[in-house]
Amino acid sequence: MIHKYKLNGYNIVLDVNSGAVHVIDDVAYDILDLVDESLGETISQNKLVKLKEKYEEDDINTAYNELYSLYKDEQLFSSDNYEEYAKMMTNAPIKSMCLNVAHDCNLRCEYCFAAKGDFGTGRELMSLDTGKNAIDFLIQNSGTRHNLELDFFGGEPLMNFDVVKEIVKYARSIEKQYNKNFRFTITTNGLLLDDDKINFINEEMSNVVLSLDGRKEINDKLRVTPNGKGCYNAIVENYKKLISKRGNKDYYVRGTFTKHNLDFTKDILHMYELGFKQLSIEPVVSDPNLEYSIREEDLERVFQEYETLANEIISRKKKGDCFNFFHFMIDLDQGPCAIKRLRGCSCGNEYVAVTPNGDIFPCHQFVGNSNFKMGNINNSNIDHKIKKTFSNANIYSKESCKNCWAKFFCSGGCNANNFQFEGNILKPHRIACELEKKRLECAIMVKAATL
Amino acid sequence: MKHIKTLNKVNLKKSIIKGGCGECQASCQSACKTSCTVANQKCEK
Repeated sequence: MIHKYKLNGYNIVLDVNSGAVHVIDDVAYDILDLVDESLGETISQNKLVKLKEKYEEDDINTAYNELYSLYKDEQLFSSDNYEEYAKMMTNAPIKSMCLNVAHDCNLRCEYCFAAKGDFGTGRELMSLDTGKNAIDFLIQNSGTRHNLELDFFGGEPLMNFDVVKEIVKYARSIEKQYNKNFRFTITTNGLLLDDDKINFINEEMSNVVLSLDGRKEINDKLRVTPNGKGCYNAIVENYKKLISKRGNKDYYVRGTFTKHNLDFTKDILHMYELGFKQLSIEPVVSDPNLEYSIREEDLERVFQEYETLANEIISRKKKGDCFNFFHFMIDLDQGPCAIKRLRGCSCGNEYVAVTPNGDIFPCHQFVGNSNFKMGNINNSNIDHKIKKTFSNANIYSKESCKNCWAKFFCSGGCNANNFQFEGNILKPHRIACELEKKRLECAIMVKAATL
Repeated sequence: MKHIKTLNKVNLKKSIIKGGCGECQASCQSACKTSCTVANQKCEK
């Protein structure tokens, strides 16, 4: 299978099953319109006659020979031999956890998927005992995995920061004994950041995700305090301070875009001008009936905006500026192995979310849905039926992924989105798919333009 | 080549040989949390 497209003056061909990417000229591009997956050594006469209406015969033959040589090298129309590996990792250990230390928040963002901080289950903070049990649970259930990831999440995790610090201290005190390496991350709205918290985060967290939607008027429209005031002024200086002291460690300033700011490139560029170089902005996940939701009819406009953003990034990269947009990051030479690419985030199998009272869910987006409760870390039992269901979610068990060109990049999409919008973790959400495919096309094009 | 510039020399099939160690980051632990992009994760090997 191949995927070919024209974007920004580039003719790009992705060979889906090998991952090879080629930039080709018009004659080679037009040849690919006429051939199927079994190339012969030479181009057939009827195809040659058709192409000669537009190109010289010599050019057609040399382009065809080059395509044929890629085909022989399994860099074009290579076969899909991966399905037999889909069963690997179905009984994987749990090595990654989203720890919801606070089901409470000091903001009331309109679009919050966590029901404005409490996931619809009441406002609650995690106790240190439950936090320590979560560390023990992760160590006990992680088998031979060495690297364990724990993301402090909420609600707003800084509302329970003393417990965060103690949990980190506890994990550090026992990780060597169990031959584990904890990687902590935190996702925060930034309101409660102070010098003490900044120093701790920069010392202990391998990544920090800082929420900001971009321009002040955009951010403050939906990211508001309980009394309705925007938070922009209260957080931007905190972020600047944290990042200035962070050195080379990862961070992302991450926003959400809605129908209100389909011109979100301006928000990304605003954050860039503030000095933030590691950026992300994601489409809102919300009920399609809400006025700010991204709907089918918005797709073309969003596609156009991703192209605008790609061009802005290209022009800055060509000047030697550092500019990293999370959803255009792509490592064409290495990246994750094919086995990893078969099942994406592995929620409910390798990755779980834990609530303040210790309840376990397949991921943070399933929290609050009792049908998906997998157990409680305070008694260590886990529902293996739910784990098995999620472990079987892969690009071959999802009908619409099997023949999709993007399957080895998005790996079957977000199971929580699939469930929320399609009622089935195995049925990819169409809007999310279309956005992901457009981002990938732009990401590859940015590579072609800046290599 | 005159008509084609190949941007990478990757072959996903080769990644199977040493793949599946499970040590790399779960994609949702990076910056997304509401979508899924796996191809931007780093391999630990």
